[in-house]
Amino acid sequence: MGLENVIAAALPEVLTTRLDSLINWARKSSLWPATFGLACCAIEMMNATASRNDLARFGSEVFRASPRQADVMIVSGRVSRKMAPVLRRIYDQMPEPKWVISMGACATSGGVFDNYAIVQGVDKIVPVDVYIPGCPPRPEMLIHAVMMLQDKVMKESSLNRKDIPEEEAREAVVPGTLPVTDGSTVSDNLLPESRPYTIASKHERRRSS
Amino acid sequence: MTNGADNDRDLPRQTSTTSTKSSTPSPLVTALQRAHPDWIAEVREAYGEITVMVQREHIQVVCSQLKNSPEARFDFLADLCGVDRGPEEEPRFEVNYHLFSTTIHHRVRLKVLLSEDDLHVPTVTNVWRTANWHERETFDLFGIIFDGHPDLRRILLPDDWQGHALRKDFPLRGYEPYSLK
Amino acid sequence: MSTSTVNIPPQFEIVDRPLDTQMTISMGPQHPSTHGVLRLELVLDGEMVVKATPDIGYLHTGMEKLFEYKKYQQGIVITDRMDYLNPLGNNLAYVMAVEKLLALEIPERAQTIRVLTCELQRIASHLVWLGTHALDIGAMTVFFYCFREREKILNLIEAASGGRLTPSYFRIGGLMMDLPAGFERRVKQFLDGFLKSVDEFHTLLTGNRIFQKRTQGVGVISAEDAIDWGLSGPCLRGSGVDLDIRRASPYTGYEKYDFEIPTESDGDVWARYIVRMREMNESHKIVTQALSRLKPGPVKADAPKVVLPDREAMKQHMDALIHHFLIVAEGFDVPAGEVYMPIEASKGELGVYVKSDGGPKPSRVHFRGPSFVNLSALPQMAEGAMIADIVAIIGSLDIVLGEIDR
Repeated sequence: MGLENVIAAALPEVLTTRLDSLINWARKSSLWPATFGLACCAIEMMNATASRNDLARFGSEVFRASPRQADVMIVSGRVSRKMAPVLRRIYDQMPEPKWVISMGACATSGGVFDNYAIVQGVDKIVPVDVYIPGCPPRPEMLIHAVMMLQDKVMKESSLNRKDIPEEEAREAVVPGTLPVTDGSTVSDNLLPESRPYTIASKHERRRSS
Repeated sequence: MTNGADNDRDLPRQTSTTSTKSSTPSPLVTALQRAHPDWIAEVREAYGEITVMVQREHIQVVCSQLKNSPEARFDFLADLCGVDRGPEEEPRFEVNYHLFSTTIHHRVRLKVLLSEDDLHVPTVTNVWRTANWHERETFDLFGIIFDGHPDLRRILLPDDWQGHALRKDFPLRGYEPYSLK
Repeated sequence: MSTSTVNIPPQFEIVDRPLDTQMTISMGPQHPSTHGVLRLELVLDGEMVVKATPDIGYLHTGMEKLFEYKKYQQGIVITDRMDYLNPLGNNLAYVMAVEKLLALEIPERAQTIRVLTCELQRIASHLVWLGTHALDIGAMTVFFYCFREREKILNLIEAASGGRLTPSYFRIGGLMMDLPAGFERRVKQFLDGFLKSVDEFHTLLTGNRIFQKRTQGVGVISAEDAIDWGLSGPCLRGSGVDLDIRRASPYTGYEKYDFEIPTESDGDVWARYIVRMREMNESHKIVTQALSRLKPGPVKADAPKVVLPDREAMKQHMDALIHHFLIVAEGFDVPAGEVYMPIEASKGELGVYVKSDGGPKPSRVHFRGPSFVNLSALPQMAEGAMIADIVAIIGSLDIVLGEIDR
């Protein structure tokens, strides 16, 4: 366009782009996964990070153990009913923006195990962005899924990003298992004899939420 | 082309079960029967394995005898599993104890038969400590209660699960699909 | 919301303790060092563990119930997913149990190939153990080296069966199909380079003083306690008990192979490490011997009602077609009885108990997973250890949650 040519001629060190492109490019180039390997697909995920199929080439440099530092949760393996609330908790602990890749047939739809113990698809618990079939999928398929996710991230709009509202996230878990953040347990924390299993931290004890 | 005439090449028949009164049982079994004839209900041999049916009340004593006696020396409890034969069978449940000797390298299976209205068995955790988790798993999946177990609670299924999953009348898909609420 | 009306699940119960004695903390189920979804309840006095209680079941898949609804040959697929680091071992245990019930004669070539592939699988399983154990202790490089070697083995298994991690290569009565052309050459190529790789691992870890300090004297269990707790495999051999099912009750022709059983007497994490490293060398020996014993021959037993016929025969002969149809559609009837088949998997004694009522589907299948029993000894090993030692102990037990939770 004419304006860009003018700027390029006048200020050659200046780069012009859309804000969305810049933000999305930064986000997609360093998608750090949270370690959520559950079963056999986790071994193929480890193979995808090993030296033969190197996932770090695509930005997933480290797998963060703490969900607070992760961008994408790769659910690899079968999700049992005992594990399902834990999975939702970890998902809620990830900060926005976050994405979910459901790796393997068991995470996508229950897989081979259509029985009492396995949740038939992790999208009954968390919203999924990319599904990978296979039992287990080859590491190249996981890399392809990460690339598809990167394409999806590029198309996002940072103005209209549909983050999950806090009330819905809070309702999703069994009541009483999330840390209480509305300031009502401040008085409990001051008494040494009644000590809940999680202590609200200083920012959670503020009455502003 | 064969016309189904070779019936010998079809599924081979199993080795016939032997009872203790006829043929030649193994020396271990004879020693056991000679020592304590009233504890053991029946002995079967099939597929090269010895199965000993034990009365429920005597299982602890039989196990400690088998562990300590010099010709048996079963110091390793390989497996303890429950079986549900089906709601029409009587007795409905079985508990199998697979014993192994690390020195003599022989194996034996003990079996206790239980009926559905009295699902209690004495525990063998005081004989082998490894029975602890195996008995918890059997309780979890079948509902068989082990009297004297130090910590009998569910191990594989969630703690608030209703029902015992491996019973034949528990449906494969469970009772309701999973939902977060 | 006050704490009195809150409905907390029982495993997260409130523990009222004053601030200055002990803390109860939950390690897992999502944790990088627990090798899967294992939850440990640790009662800590500072950094020292007073009591460690494993809480399992987060991967319970109800596999034993699934077996009762599937025909015998359909169950082979489920066994892959149990101990997913050693799937050929699980396949072998289940298939041999059913073959025992059917009293089938397995041909020589099938037995040799079973030994060959199972020992390759054992090496692969130990490589994952070594990579993740060293990674937890802090040596990241070893992880990549191990997985590089493991890729070579996975390529071989994929060439034979079609699946890297879930091969389902064995069938009741033999193998799925014969080895592809050039397989022996590729195995030989792998074997030639493998001993040098094991020396690399030794260079990285065995002489490393940090690794020695982190593993020697940690997680000690005596031989009597190990037998009492039912430990088996390298955990038992690391405590001085010379027991290997391949020697004690041989199967699949293992009595014809010449290998040693490595045993160490200390009973700590270091001893179990040395035992597994030496086992990799022994497996290398067995694979070399198996390779030299391979002779042409059939790979399926001579039992037309149990074993699928060759595709060519099925397309040309009527009885083969009928047998194929019946086996696939209805399954074969297994005579009533029960059998317990133990094998030496890479983690210990994997026992399969199959009870049949005479139909095409089993009445009860129970897998005695070695990791299930090995993990039950963790509370004893972990008393008095520090949290970092717990990580080393879990690594040395070599647990796989798929086998524990089934």
